[in-house]
Amino acid sequence: MQRIEAARTDLLEPAEITEGDVDRLLGQIMAHDVDLGELYFQSRRSESWTLSDGIVKSGSFGQDRGVGVRAVSGEKTGFAYTDDIVLPSLSRAAGMAKSIARVGGDSSVALRKRFDASPRYADVDPITSATESEKVGLLQGIDAFARSLDPCVTDVSISLNASHETNFTVASDGSHAADVRPLVRFDVSIIAERDGRRETGRAGGGGRFDLQWLMDTEVGRQIAGEAVRVAMLNLDAVDAPAGAMPVVLGPGWPGVLLHEAVGHGLEGDFNRKGTSTFSGRIGEQVASSLCTVVDDGTMMDRRGSLTVDDEGTPSGRTVLIENGILKGYMQDKQNARLMGVAPTGNGRRESYAHLPMPRMTNTFMLAGESDPEEVLSTVSKGVYAVGFGGGQVDITSGKFVFSATEAYMIENGRKGPPIRGATLIGNGPEVMGRISMVGNDLKLDDGVGTCGKNGQSVPVGVGQPTLKIDELTVGGTSA
Amino acid sequence: MSLPSGAVFDSGVPGQVDLHNDRVVAELTDLAQRLLDEARRQGAPEAEVSVTDRTGLSVGVRQRDVESVELNQDRSIALSVIVDCRRGMVSTTDTRSSSIAEAVAKAVNFARHTQQDPCNGLADPDRLAKHIPDLDLYHPEALDAERQKADALEAEATALDFDSRIVNSHGSSAWSQSGCEVYANTHGFLGSTRGTQYGTSVVVVAQDERGMQTDGWYTTSRLSGELESPQMVGSRAARRSLRRLGGRRVRTGSYPVVFDAQTAKSLLGSLVAALSGGLLYRKASFLADSIDTMVAAEGFSLWQRPHLQRAGGSCAFDAEGVATKDLCFIERGVVRSYVLDSYTSRKLKLPTTGNAGGVFNLELEVGTTPLSDLLGSIESGFLVTEMMGQGINLVTGDYSRGAAGLWIENGEPAFPVDEVTVAGNLQRMLRGLSGYGDDTDVRGNIRTGSILVEGMTVAAG
Repeated sequence: MQRIEAARTDLLEPAEITEGDVDRLLGQIMAHDVDLGELYFQSRRSESWTLSDGIVKSGSFGQDRGVGVRAVSGEKTGFAYTDDIVLPSLSRAAGMAKSIARVGGDSSVALRKRFDASPRYADVDPITSATESEKVGLLQGIDAFARSLDPCVTDVSISLNASHETNFTVASDGSHAADVRPLVRFDVSIIAERDGRRETGRAGGGGRFDLQWLMDTEVGRQIAGEAVRVAMLNLDAVDAPAGAMPVVLGPGWPGVLLHEAVGHGLEGDFNRKGTSTFSGRIGEQVASSLCTVVDDGTMMDRRGSLTVDDEGTPSGRTVLIENGILKGYMQDKQNARLMGVAPTGNGRRESYAHLPMPRMTNTFMLAGESDPEEVLSTVSKGVYAVGFGGGQVDITSGKFVFSATEAYMIENGRKGPPIRGATLIGNGPEVMGRISMVGNDLKLDDGVGTCGKNGQSVPVGVGQPTLKIDELTVGGTSA
Repeated sequence: MSLPSGAVFDSGVPGQVDLHNDRVVAELTDLAQRLLDEARRQGAPEAEVSVTDRTGLSVGVRQRDVESVELNQDRSIALSVIVDCRRGMVSTTDTRSSSIAEAVAKAVNFARHTQQDPCNGLADPDRLAKHIPDLDLYHPEALDAERQKADALEAEATALDFDSRIVNSHGSSAWSQSGCEVYANTHGFLGSTRGTQYGTSVVVVAQDERGMQTDGWYTTSRLSGELESPQMVGSRAARRSLRRLGGRRVRTGSYPVVFDAQTAKSLLGSLVAALSGGLLYRKASFLADSIDTMVAAEGFSLWQRPHLQRAGGSCAFDAEGVATKDLCFIERGVVRSYVLDSYTSRKLKLPTTGNAGGVFNLELEVGTTPLSDLLGSIESGFLVTEMMGQGINLVTGDYSRGAAGLWIENGEPAFPVDEVTVAGNLQRMLRGLSGYGDDTDVRGNIRTGSILVEGMTVAAG
């Protein structure tokens, strides 16, 4: 209720729009033969501070607000938006959106659904949670700290991003929900140089909280220390091997494996359309029996968490794969209806100017029983990868890649020398079937994930315990 | 079900042809001027502003029926003020007159809290564009959902009907966009650009007993009349999907690799990133301190041509109002220019190259070798038609990406390849460039044909 009040104050009142006006607009959309009419109001303030060359040289502020109007009729969607929250603009957008469907039909607006979604983050505003001087001081302090760690550090770049968003969804199916979302991200990037060789190291963290997370804590220094450690390590890296071999993935951020190898392929839209390598395979074995993978948007304070999704559905915990068996897909409203299942709270959109789609929240594998040391000890020659950049997947063929930024050779069961960055490539279901050991050390990432799909970016989380994959192609240069 | 005829005209974008007419340009110009006036009033001696207005209509179809109709209308402001060599920026979609003072106050406040950097500042006045040529980028047409629907349906139908192994579709889309941007600064520069963009794309799924493969094609142009026909787009998408069926892996080893015109664009994009000032002054690029140094094979020359008529990346002035010009970045393997804006040029003590906001129509000096001859020279190698992932380290040049394409045996395509990686180091790859195809792809901002690179590592299971 508190969130709805906040949404009214932030989004409707400045425009002198009442909830009665919103209901009338929905009624106007439902005069056509549509299954779902929806208005999504959103306001987002964001702030960014960057430091390089030892000085905080730029600061920027962004403000974006508007309304997206959507009419869904079967598999069809009409969509228009406006950044001008006034009634005539809303009415025009509604007229455009409903034109996807025929006039008439027996559509109607359902009674408001009452529910109490438990908040998944505190009602805080990271932008106002510290003064400008405190933010600038923080960046300067971390810069000096990073430079003090090693004389080889030649460049330090730091960025602090914070945003605060209020959204309000009103839909003909009775959805009437608001959310107020904080988001913070802190990144450090290092260049280190020794004997004419230069290398880079990056680290970051964040989540849905305010800047107290960084102020007067060791978090910023830990992130800077991590970036310096990776840069120094990479100065000693040898060429990565090329070809198929056993790969052990460390816990936490390497869970980008799951995001690419199975996550996207289990989004409802691709499966309704039959274009995913996982289409029509519910109940089948799609991974080794050691694997249980969930998508959970309900975890407190995490970057991928949502109190309600961007269609007003409370976020949930969906078991995707249980003991290797495919259990379910992630759904938004349209795909859930067309597939005859319930929405799972995975309807997400980059902003009011974008259509919602089934998207991941926090996707991770549950812990197994193996001791991580024991996992390494079973590999005589292979690769141990603990840090990653991005990944990508072709959901139709199942091929996916992810790129290691911190990895080591494994030699006779022990961690060997560090290797240069290399891309790993495989086929989702095949690779999941080759997971032969799962560690007891489940860890979630530090809060830096951003997922892109159809040109839309949303914050996500990943996680996993240490995993052993019996064979995966490593794209190094040393054949 | 058909899209009700004339439906989009409920949208308030009536069947008006000239969406960014002189009246709209004047409105945006007025907004820009008022922002600069307010910045001066609030004590910012230097300020620059960009006001952008865009309208677009996109019709998506899938399995021979309309799937989505999306109308986009955006207007946004990006304002930057400089006070005592300190910079503050604000961007907003709130373009109401009543919000101007608040936006400026935000930017000024940020400028007060950032630190002095003598390299901050507007572009030097003598570099600002004085004459703004007409590059013929604006070819407005009435938004026509029915025409776009027909094009998308036809492109998809052509692909679906092309072969019985085309079994599914990710959909087809036809889009049209019109946009206008006004840039002004307190040195007295004021410039506007208008442009239109039309396009059609389709992505389909081919299947055989070994599984599904997907690929697609798109066409784009400033003029709707210059688009490839929907039939052409559909049949190309179908052929590209079909040729990926039955993909195999190959023996891990070192091979010559040909990047086709589409994937070569991404290779040249990485090279431009490595030449850009923002990385160079931090020594975060493997091409730091490379002016007048030979970094690539002798046959390799890379230009930008910002004033090409009707081209995708054409622009008369950059994002700071500096006049753009034809520029040679790499001449016969030797670095002749970096990619700089005012800030990075001051950091590097060089003149700006007029590349604030990026490069404008990057062009590989046109190859003369037909692709078939390029492949004909290869005994055993790999023609890359798709790359996956971001495994590029610009500090070191280390390069490792997922790839799919065709295996070349004795100069001829032999079989499709997928689930492999291509790896090397950009420094060695540039020296290993040994052939340039004449199959130039002019879509978008990078124009190149196929490129042959010797000695890359192809890894497979």
